[in-house]
Amino acid sequence: MLVGQQQRLSDEIRGLVERYGRQRNALIPILQELHAAHASISDFAMQVVADELGIHPSEVYGVVTFYQFLRRESQGRFVFRLCRTISCDLAGKARVARQLENDLGIGFGQTSADGRFSLEWASCLGMCDQGPALLVNEKVYTRVTPEQVHQIIEECKATFGAHARQVAHA
Amino acid sequence: MSAEIRQDVVGDTSRAPVSQIPKLGKKATGEAAGYIGGQVSATIDGHELKVPLGTTILEAAKSMGIRIPTLCHHPDLCVAGVCRVCVVEVEGQRTLQAACAYPITAPIKVYTHTQKVRRARRHVVDLLLSEHYGECYTCVRNNNCELQSLAKEFGVDFFRFGHVTEPRFEIDSSSYSVIRDPNKCVLCRRCVRTCIDVQEVGALEASGRSIGTRISTYLDKPLGEVVCINCGQCINRCPTGALHAKDASDDVWRAIEDPTKHVVIQTAPSPRAGIGECFGLPPGVPMTFQMNTALRLAGFDKVFDTNFSADLTIIEEGTELLLRLYKALVAKEPVAFPQFTSCSPGWVKFLEHFYPEYIPNLSSAKSPQQMFGAVIKTYYAQKTGIDPKDIVTVALMPCSAKKFECNRPEMDASGFKDVDYGLTTRELAQMIKEAGIHLPDMPKSDFDDPFGTRTGSGVIFGAMGGVMEAALRTVLELVTGKKVENLFENANIVPVRGFDGVRYVELPVTEVSPTVEPLIAHLVPNWDFLKGVTLKLAVAHGTANAKKVLEDIKAGGPFSKCHFIEFMACPGGCLGGGGQPIPTSPEIRAARAKAIYDEDAASEVRKSHENPAVVELYREFLTDGPCGHVSHRLLHTHYTPRGKYID
Repeated sequence: MLVGQQQRLSDEIRGLVERYGRQRNALIPILQELHAAHASISDFAMQVVADELGIHPSEVYGVVTFYQFLRRESQGRFVFRLCRTISCDLAGKARVARQLENDLGIGFGQTSADGRFSLEWASCLGMCDQGPALLVNEKVYTRVTPEQVHQIIEECKATFGAHARQVAHA
Repeated sequence: MSAEIRQDVVGDTSRAPVSQIPKLGKKATGEAAGYIGGQVSATIDGHELKVPLGTTILEAAKSMGIRIPTLCHHPDLCVAGVCRVCVVEVEGQRTLQAACAYPITAPIKVYTHTQKVRRARRHVVDLLLSEHYGECYTCVRNNNCELQSLAKEFGVDFFRFGHVTEPRFEIDSSSYSVIRDPNKCVLCRRCVRTCIDVQEVGALEASGRSIGTRISTYLDKPLGEVVCINCGQCINRCPTGALHAKDASDDVWRAIEDPTKHVVIQTAPSPRAGIGECFGLPPGVPMTFQMNTALRLAGFDKVFDTNFSADLTIIEEGTELLLRLYKALVAKEPVAFPQFTSCSPGWVKFLEHFYPEYIPNLSSAKSPQQMFGAVIKTYYAQKTGIDPKDIVTVALMPCSAKKFECNRPEMDASGFKDVDYGLTTRELAQMIKEAGIHLPDMPKSDFDDPFGTRTGSGVIFGAMGGVMEAALRTVLELVTGKKVENLFENANIVPVRGFDGVRYVELPVTEVSPTVEPLIAHLVPNWDFLKGVTLKLAVAHGTANAKKVLEDIKAGGPFSKCHFIEFMACPGGCLGGGGQPIPTSPEIRAARAKAIYDEDAASEVRKSHENPAVVELYREFLTDGPCGHVSHRLLHTHYTPRGKYID
């Protein structure tokens, strides 16, 4: 990372620390904000956050590796998370999964070459009565059918700025 | 009182949520106890006892003499409650409770070994074993392993949940000091609590989640590449062989068996107080002279006492302090104050990483280990006519960081690697056993000349406050011209001793000697500048405490007004070092400290400047005196600002 980028990122983190405070319990909100802004949390950012909060980078690393929604590697602009638990399975998850793979052209755990889409499994989304459940970024789709998958992807593509690859700060 | 002390040394609650801080780790005493009623009744296995509110079931049972097995629990560390080995049945509770993490707040009935409890514990141990790879007889902790003991205690006779038959992780031997073998790790997080709470280094922390959880460094980098001070406190608290020191004994044996090599060993004070524990003796039985005999039997050509170079350190570091005071008070030059001790390589690396801006405060004097190495390969080589390239210097230390220290690239003042190998107490005990020697049975014998004189001032380097006390014995005597015995009873400067994490002492200098000792007469004209000065001193051990002191200095608090501060990386000082026998606890460290102070009291010479070997060294070899050119070349060093950011 260039020095200028590091400086900008450090300033950004300091701003977040101003907002959330220096207590340990500010760690997760700060990481979430960082993740939302950059689609990932860089190795440098973890060290700055640790420094600002007076804790150790290994502790921040521990938190980042614990939570599925905090990532070190950058992800696509739209992250598709399909619930893989048993009730969604019974509701026909497998066909939805195949449709997603076909339409997006990527497998689970992968990000499309244009950086627009990531596909992964999620643990229970808590929509067991309305499965199969799909989470796209922060929006939940329930009772998803293979036919709907195409439409959901089109919705994403039509979103303002969808063509812009999200710039990771790493 | 003892509880208060423990609070200071360990049990840091900085990682607890803010709301819990006042409650954690403190028993209800004083007003709170009076307000709620204080005592509460606990019935454990039918025995009733009143305990202070908030006492854990484990503590209550212990006070009744009832043993509850534990694994993740450690007397130096905060409660974790992660291993579940200590589960007990509590009447009225549906599930079993972890005794270590259950504070008694209401009358309670506990059963510690019902069938349900025994079966659960056995299953817990079975589950731990199912993830634990390693054949016990190839393990460094064989016969001193808490998991092995538990397996025996619970009669484990087969692997109920299977067993790992192949190593799944690479062994990380990137560090000069600490080797990590994640295959043997049972995720008890004792190392994590040690590294973060006791030492404030944070090299190790749990990462990942669920079955993917590992103890890892930042970004899972090799330990040698992250911020680690090599103190080895994690080793001392690891219940299994997942953490151990990098063993140099094979190299040492090879040197001993090479007829062209002259192998000398220097032995530090703390291993003597601890090594007996490796031979089944209780803590605190000194083995100094038995060890000398054993070392010669094992094949070392000369056995020297690190106390000699500890005394040398005092002369150099004490002179440096007096010079700094002189510069500050008389010449009015800008000088870095307070001066920090530099004997503890863990502390030195801590400072280099976390507070590099304070490197000028660090005494430039090398640690006793490195001074001795340089003296052996120059002065001793000359004196005996042995080519220094044929001399192998081995250092017996209570310390894993000393292994890193002797490998620092700048430690070659003699033209060779000053100290070739650092051995820990545990490794030397192993070598002695390999040689077929039962240490306690050895006849006693003395150290070899020319560094033979034992001094008490060197011995106490092993205990917290020891460097300070030794320095004061010399500095006070030089400055006041009075015997220290006249200032402190039996020259025991008790105010700087003890086990509390941080200690602050003020010593007013009311009168000064009219003459300056010839050794340093060329450096200061007279002592008048110290008359009426109050020397402000502090002692801190455990780098979490060091951090508190440094933060105070940064903020301009009372410690910033100090003149001299002793820092030790390990709780209790060197006697609690990362190379000392396992286990460790406040009681064990106190017993070792007693052995050290007893040896000091029994020494003929108890002041560094009276050590005849040191006096002779200055007369014959370091002819331009302490902090002179020769001593600067051989006995002083420089430090590396490392910072805490890694790429």
